Amino acid sequence: MTYTADEMMTVSAARALRDGMTCFVGIGLPSSAANLARATHAPSLVLIYESGTIGAKPDRLPLSIGDGMLAETADAVVSVPEIFNYWLQPGRIDVGFLGAAQIDKFGNINTTVIGGDYGSPKVRLPGAGGAPEIAASCREVIVVVRQHHRSFVERVDFVTSVGYGSGRGDRERLGLTGSGPKKIITDLGVLEPDPETLEFTLTGLYPGVSASAAKERTGWDLSIAADPEIIAAPTPAELDALRRFQGTHARSHH
Amino acid sequence: MAEIVSLAEAVERAIHDGDAVAMEGFTHLIPFAAGQEVIRQRRRDLTLIRMTPDLIYDQLIGAGCARKLIFSWGGNPGVGSLHRFRDAVEHSWPVPLEIEEHSHAGMANRYVAGASGIPFAVLRGYNGTGLGTLNGGGGPVPTIKPIRCPFTGETLTAVSALRPDVAVIHAQRADRTGNVQLWGITGVQKEAVLASARSVVTVEEIVDELDPRPGAVVLPGWTVTFVAQARGGAHPSYALGYSIRDNDYYVAWDAIARDRETFTRWLDEQVYVGRS
Repeated sequence: MTYTADEMMTVSAARALRDGMTCFVGIGLPSSAANLARATHAPSLVLIYESGTIGAKPDRLPLSIGDGMLAETADAVVSVPEIFNYWLQPGRIDVGFLGAAQIDKFGNINTTVIGGDYGSPKVRLPGAGGAPEIAASCREVIVVVRQHHRSFVERVDFVTSVGYGSGRGDRERLGLTGSGPKKIITDLGVLEPDPETLEFTLTGLYPGVSASAAKERTGWDLSIAADPEIIAAPTPAELDALRRFQGTHARSHH
Repeated sequence: MAEIVSLAEAVERAIHDGDAVAMEGFTHLIPFAAGQEVIRQRRRDLTLIRMTPDLIYDQLIGAGCARKLIFSWGGNPGVGSLHRFRDAVEHSWPVPLEIEEHSHAGMANRYVAGASGIPFAVLRGYNGTGLGTLNGGGGPVPTIKPIRCPFTGETLTAVSALRPDVAVIHAQRADRTGNVQLWGITGVQKEAVLASARSVVTVEEIVDELDPRPGAVVLPGWTVTFVAQARGGAHPSYALGYSIRDNDYYVAWDAIARDRETFTRWLDEQVYVGRS
């Protein structure tokens, strides 16, 4: 079966989730991947959305984190102060699944402003939402984002959500209780933090993607692991499940 | 006890030029009809408070009602940018817009502090982020400050209480004495109403008796200032049990709001003329 780079990315991200995990889900690519995981290898994955829906079981992709289907299928629906204070902040959630507009080599995420300065930015992005506390408090974080040299930068213009700050020891110094971003999953492959420096390094590539292509689409001098894994192409079952979801999504808003 | 009045009267009496107004509803139960009534009555210099400005504040900002926005995520969910919000921040159109920006957790806790009658709330958050760090360096968010725990010595973050002049929410139902009932995703509406000096609640229907619903929030009538019936008043968001989210509208809004002229025409045709 042929597949697109976005489909490969979503499948790759879904595989990073294990059955039985609790997952705090951002909208967009992370939500597609988390729902795909639940539809395939991880039926007991617990999906938690910042709208207060815990254990949501959507049968189509929600367009927003507050779709009625999430509340109707959830194990529990709690208020917004409660989802952040009682559920996210104490570190009860295994994995936070985030997107990014801009990301740097230490996995810091910017969704606030690009260019200019904070008071008069060139581009105003939506802002923080739930991401800073997801990045701080989930036991680990996975970022799903398309790779581009302008969005994969040496240092983000604004730190909306902290990855590893400026390197080893920063999370501990800042009192962040979660262990930080473990993978950046892109449309080219997978980046993981170097065990020593915590700088994100290319450790996996999709079939047919070269390490030099990944380097070209990275704004910092990307290190390549000695022997990057070639990640398996999506299986027909994974593609079927993903397309079934996306088909229902398209129908639900067109 | 809440007064049951028309939406126009509720807005007329509760919301004045220069007020700090919190129109809440987290994706669900967004009080669009009330927001458009505020545009129609041409309120000015409002401080608009809302976690997710969403289309409701894109409309109010584009119509020139706001002087300041206090928020935590300003996008069109699942679609993209809020173009009127961006035009105001990036180009001061139609008027300059001051912003005060938090995370969701920060905003939620600010409402909790307001509802609790204390001056600030404490959370583990903002450490190392631009919003937190900039503040330490005299940055743009004076309502975020580090605080030392008197028991453990840990550094946490204090956020100041939100005490809006008016909260505006939409709920499924009220009874004839103004007790309000809402269910589904209940967001931060209870906190917003209890934090505010006055409140306007629009409802799908007014009933003789509120039978219990699982997970419902009930606001006793004595905590609410005005109740107004506005059937479909959350459209294009939704009221669980009454309507579904109009995703097509959210997608179509992108093209309407992208351009000043199409937006201005939308205002003239859909808001200033008659009731939408």
